[in-house]
Amino acid sequence: MQSSSRDRSGVVVGLALFGLAGVLMWDASQLNRAVAYGFGPEVMPRVVSAGLVALGVFSVIAGLRSDESRPGRFHVADVATICLGFLALTACIGLGGGFIAAMTLLFVATCWAFGRRAPHVDAALGVALATATYLLFSKLLALSLPAGPLEKLFG
Amino acid sequence: MESFAALLQGFAVALTPAKLMYASLGVLLGTAVGVLPGIGPAVTVALLLPVTFKLDPSGSLIMFAGIYYGAMYGGSTTSILINTPGESASMATALQGSLMAKSGRAGPALATAAIGSFVAGMIATLGIAFFAPVMVKFAVSFGPEDYFALMVLAFVTVSATFGDSPLKGLISLFAGLSLGLVGIDKLSGQSRLTFGLPELLDGVEVTTLAVGLFAIGEALFVVSQHRGKDEILRLTGSLWMSAQDWRRSWGPWLRGTAFGFPIGALPAGGAEIPTFLSYSTEKRLSKHQQEWDTVGAIEGVAGPEAANNASVAGTLVPLLSLGLPTSATAAILLAGFQQFGLNPGPLLFAENPQLVWGLIASLFIANVMLVVLNLPLVGLWVQLLKIPTPWLYAGILMFAAMGSIATKGSVAELLMLLVFGVLGFMMRRHGYPVAPMVVGLILGPMAESQLRRALQISLGDPLVLVQSPIAATLLAISAIALIAPFALKGLNRFRASED
Repeated sequence: MQSSSRDRSGVVVGLALFGLAGVLMWDASQLNRAVAYGFGPEVMPRVVSAGLVALGVFSVIAGLRSDESRPGRFHVADVATICLGFLALTACIGLGGGFIAAMTLLFVATCWAFGRRAPHVDAALGVALATATYLLFSKLLALSLPAGPLEKLFG
Repeated sequence: MESFAALLQGFAVALTPAKLMYASLGVLLGTAVGVLPGIGPAVTVALLLPVTFKLDPSGSLIMFAGIYYGAMYGGSTTSILINTPGESASMATALQGSLMAKSGRAGPALATAAIGSFVAGMIATLGIAFFAPVMVKFAVSFGPEDYFALMVLAFVTVSATFGDSPLKGLISLFAGLSLGLVGIDKLSGQSRLTFGLPELLDGVEVTTLAVGLFAIGEALFVVSQHRGKDEILRLTGSLWMSAQDWRRSWGPWLRGTAFGFPIGALPAGGAEIPTFLSYSTEKRLSKHQQEWDTVGAIEGVAGPEAANNASVAGTLVPLLSLGLPTSATAAILLAGFQQFGLNPGPLLFAENPQLVWGLIASLFIANVMLVVLNLPLVGLWVQLLKIPTPWLYAGILMFAAMGSIATKGSVAELLMLLVFGVLGFMMRRHGYPVAPMVVGLILGPMAESQLRRALQISLGDPLVLVQSPIAATLLAISAIALIAPFALKGLNRFRASED
């Protein structure tokens, strides 16, 4: 029972490092190495992946020996809500929904994740903030932000 | 004395009305973002980088200088009033600062932090004006192998020497080095690790990584813990320091600066060491020992805060003169330079002296503006801290996404931002430092090209790395700095098992 409460994350990290090193090695093997002197583009990835393997070994050892307790449980659903909000923003930008709508989606999702249960108020606030930011940045600082139906109103 | 003439010219560049406006806007924005809990100067600069995109290079660098100083000032306000330092370098300030605030002396604590930052900033900026040109003269004789060795030293000190766990720091560094490999290899024109995706050809943006790891990672971490907001201490006490406060503050300010600047200016930068050195020195020298554990001693705020500012300004010496970033903030500043196609280093001093000296002059101006604008406005900054947590983090996330939308606007870029955010969250949860990853990303490709250049010149003979006395010394120091923490730990374990 005791072993399950210990922090074994070092083992997982070590395995991930081995995986990353494998990807680097595979990619390096695809490179064309025609260099007169010095070394070509494939050497640095090899050096880095050698380092990753060494660190991976140490990390696995540290993970197995670890006597630290695991970090406590966390609220997965709330973390996921923010991530989903961010994905919604990405989709909105990608599908041409515009800056203001995208920002509002993220704003409402984040407020929900942090425990607020007033999406209408948050949506109104999000639209107001996003519109103000849009106007400030596109008009004053001449940054081009993606325009959707809402933004065209300010054209 | 040529520095002085050049600096005067720099002031002529920076003291036009338009430039002054940029500087004040930068100071205000920097403070407003820097004051938010959990947001340190590195993220502030990364979040606000896109704001400066469309300005001319000198204007935006000046705004940058303002943002940078503003962010540091904002951070000290937060650490005094809510005792959640945005970064480890403000931890020492938070110790005595929050004690003072609890016992009704928040005003003088904030004032000594602000004026101490000002004094330290002024002296350190003078230091930059003097030492950067000296370093440039020295650096002209540097070969690529010396630069490579210098970067190796920076890698080691950033990741291994000063962290809690050198192993975790090195893992973070190597993850950053791996990310640095992504994109087109500048010497051979071949693409590495792009997996056929055109979005990856330009490589990973430093700002994307920094904003993802720091800002989004922090927001996810806070929500995962359901950590409520820490209590905000009331702003009590006059903002004017009494005669006694002044008498007790000026010594710590100067000593803090003396600790901070040299340690920051060495390629082994890092603001934690000087702040803690200053804290322990002031504690030893203090004539008011009883205050340290009870009502808070003003020396314990004045010294570390000055040390923090001076060391951060000190990191600008290697950044401007060698192009070498030695902290996460410096790495992001370097990304800011690169966004205008400017490469800091000896060449920049020779080719574009107006810009460099304009920047140094605007560091002075931003520093003055900070005290003039911010101390009276402290009430406003405190109001920012009272924004309800959900709205606060929703706003931070909006800002984070906006930066990447404004620069690239691509779906791929946003997805990368989210991936880095989740990564930052997991690293925070398991105690991995994120700064080495940012430094590894920007410094890795630079180290690689210096190494390859060195080997090209030597016709492939690797001995070139140890034949230059400078490179050999730097590599030897790096090796010691890398092994020392492990050796010391082993020694401790050995001793412990003997008991």
